Amino acid sequence: MPVIDRATFEELKQMSGADFINELIDAFLEDAPTMINQMQIALEAKDVESFRRNAHSLKSNANTFGAPELAALAKELEFMARENNLDIGDRLDILNQAFGKVAAELKELRA
Amino acid sequence: MKSKQEPGRLLVVDDNKVNRILLARSLEQYGHNVETAENGKQALEKLRANSEDSFDLVLLDIEMPEMNGYQVLESCLRDPELRDIPIIMTSSLDEINSVVKCVELGAEDYLNKPVNPILLRARVNASLEKKRLRDEQRKLFRTFATKEIADELLKTGFSLGGKYVHASVMFSDIRSFTSIGEKQDPATTIELLNSYFALMIEAVAGNQGTVNQFEGDGLMAIFGAPIQDDNHREHAVRSALEMIELLKGFNLEQAAQNKVQIKVGIGIASGRVIAGFTGTQNRATYTCVGDTVNLAARIEDHTKVVDQPILIDQYTFEGLPKDIKVEPLGLILFKGKQQPVNVFAVKG
Repeated sequence: MPVIDRATFEELKQMSGADFINELIDAFLEDAPTMINQMQIALEAKDVESFRRNAHSLKSNANTFGAPELAALAKELEFMARENNLDIGDRLDILNQAFGKVAAELKELRA
Repeated sequence: MKSKQEPGRLLVVDDNKVNRILLARSLEQYGHNVETAENGKQALEKLRANSEDSFDLVLLDIEMPEMNGYQVLESCLRDPELRDIPIIMTSSLDEINSVVKCVELGAEDYLNKPVNPILLRARVNASLEKKRLRDEQRKLFRTFATKEIADELLKTGFSLGGKYVHASVMFSDIRSFTSIGEKQDPATTIELLNSYFALMIEAVAGNQGTVNQFEGDGLMAIFGAPIQDDNHREHAVRSALEMIELLKGFNLEQAAQNKVQIKVGIGIASGRVIAGFTGTQNRATYTCVGDTVNLAARIEDHTKVVDQPILIDQYTFEGLPKDIKVEPLGLILFKGKQQPVNVFAVKG
């Protein structure tokens, strides 16, 4: 599984316009760590709704950039929260690592 | 890839910054003016602050903190100032149930996220075009229709989908306009057409009808839709009589200036029609289709054969009060029809 699916990324670049792809990447690199952080806080506070919403947002953005692994992990967590299940084991750590790989690759793609 | 569409004023509502920037930038690329809001509350504030110079379209995320997409949609639909602004819901595929709920509530359309650029462009343009047509029609009603009709329409709103209605359909055509056209210069011909159409529109709108199609020197009008009118048959015939009267005056003026005079043929048929917006995403008009429409066109054509200005079908005849005199012409079998139909000439 590629970290970033190039076809999806190219389509995104075309859609936003080449001039604005950097703006998009920056927004994601700035927002995603906040979302993951919010998930950690929500997990400790057992705030299922906040956990779900942040997982949902992260999933949405991962799909937009064509990051399949990160999207799948976020989606799994979103669906667990939707079932009121915060018994997520080490899934948040795995998600954090997946994000690290995505962030590194996006920084390279940033022209 | 610039759009041929007129630019629209759009509001993108999404709590997610990436989604917001992406939607705004791509829509700007298509030539639209885009503003953004981060949550439902901010969206409503922007919509209400701009009620004078309002937005043409809203792209609304469902999943948001503060005030979610449903709540914004419901508030807009309840607000007479905002309810005519079309709203496209944006959501991820696994929220399909929420999307269905929104469309049932009254959202114009929906788009899945991540948004496909081709769909985004097509859906936005289609919504803008539909809104433009509704605005135009509203303006037309304000200009030509009686105040009662305009009020009724504004109150009930426009139905976009096709539905069965009972209506009278009128076709009117200038007899041998081509030969008139050949005798005079093009500018005079266009001027003549414009004066003629102005008179015809007056006669139609004055009798609660709607002119919905101009084709060359002909026009098509509907009575009984989009606003229901139980006397649509009488109104259609009275409108035809008024057209003939107005043309008499018009021809006297033309004669005084030594200009060409015109004669028209008008055909009316009544019955069940399917009325609604038809056409493509780029070009749609409020119109109606069905056997009744075809019959009206055939009857109009027949006015040339029998040299009568106004011809109507049996069902139209049955809806007329006694003071309108008609002459039965008997059964006529029209091309493409299985059964002959009774045709009547209206005498005034």
